[in-house]
Amino acid sequence: MQASDATMAATDQATSWPEEIFAVLQRFDVRQVPYVPDAGHSLLIQRVLGSSTMRGISLTTEEEGVALLLGAWSGGQRGVLLMQSSGVGNCINMLSLTQIFRFPFLTLVTMRGEWGEFNPWQVPMGSTTQAVFELAGVRVLRASQPEEVKAVIEAGAGQAYNACTPTAVLLSQRLIGAKDFSK
Amino acid sequence: MSRTNLLDRRRVVAALLANREGALVVGGLGASTNDMAASGDHDRNFYLWGAMGGAVMIGLGLALAQPKLPVVVITGDGEMLMGMGSLATVGLQKPANLSIIVLDNERYGETGGQTSHTAMAVDLVGVAKACGIADTRAISTMAEVEAFAKQFQDLAAGPRFANVKIDAANLERIMPTRDGMFILNRLRGSLGLGPI
Repeated sequence: MQASDATMAATDQATSWPEEIFAVLQRFDVRQVPYVPDAGHSLLIQRVLGSSTMRGISLTTEEEGVALLLGAWSGGQRGVLLMQSSGVGNCINMLSLTQIFRFPFLTLVTMRGEWGEFNPWQVPMGSTTQAVFELAGVRVLRASQPEEVKAVIEAGAGQAYNACTPTAVLLSQRLIGAKDFSK
Repeated sequence: MSRTNLLDRRRVVAALLANREGALVVGGLGASTNDMAASGDHDRNFYLWGAMGGAVMIGLGLALAQPKLPVVVITGDGEMLMGMGSLATVGLQKPANLSIIVLDNERYGETGGQTSHTAMAVDLVGVAKACGIADTRAISTMAEVEAFAKQFQDLAAGPRFANVKIDAANLERIMPTRDGMFILNRLRGSLGLGPI
């Protein structure tokens, strides 16, 4: 393989993990996808909005998504909440629904404030995201490398949907790439 | 401001649910759940005892999952104010089978009767309309309540929003079950959905 081909292959792998997430969600028959947009989720959100089986639902605040997923499951549909780490704090009281109803709660969280962050405002929530989930009774998995994303999402979806174990998958800032508007 | 002829909340909810047929009904935290229980327990009643501000979103998730059934959210002004953004989300999704009715006594009745924003400044009908919900109305008579109860069976013309000014009297607490798993599995069972 030529050097340029190798670079291309590495780039493909680095950008294909959102496609892999989409494929896993399809396989688990996820139907409702509430989200507050994040750059790290933009490709996945695009795929969801273009899907004939999934409904992308834009929220005004992340806690709406927790309640929406309970309603979806009450009516027989699975969902997944897409947000960034700063939104996790907005969900705290609503996460009590996951303990009271033990429904299949899955959220995919793109991380800020933990890897080469330039914006100090992202750090307080980004650095406490995992602890907040754990205190609220939500199990946390993490993917930091492109090649492990598919397996981690499969594990998270499996325990959320098959074992009704509320689960958050954190997608590391290292995976997504740090933004730096300061340059 | 004069407060005569305000509607009785129990009569309003009883009239809403008298001919509910297959409707799925979500009750917001507070006295709304008690009003539902007072009208008779039902497999398709979804009672909330917490998660303030979440009632409309639970209704939206249900409505999108069950488009062939009417979904009705009955909640109070305080609970609705906390989840006001969810009206914007409903306005965007426009589920035709979702109806929201707010029992507005202009106060936080469960916590000592402190006045809410609707007593002085906020018009929830205007909020719902501005959020893109086309069918909005302020209800002040039982005849309008009864008309609304008929209309929520129409699965093609929602979402709809109604605000009913009710009497602020604190009524006897008639408490529904507060066991979430029971409420959830009973409702799912009524839809033919089994446990995992």
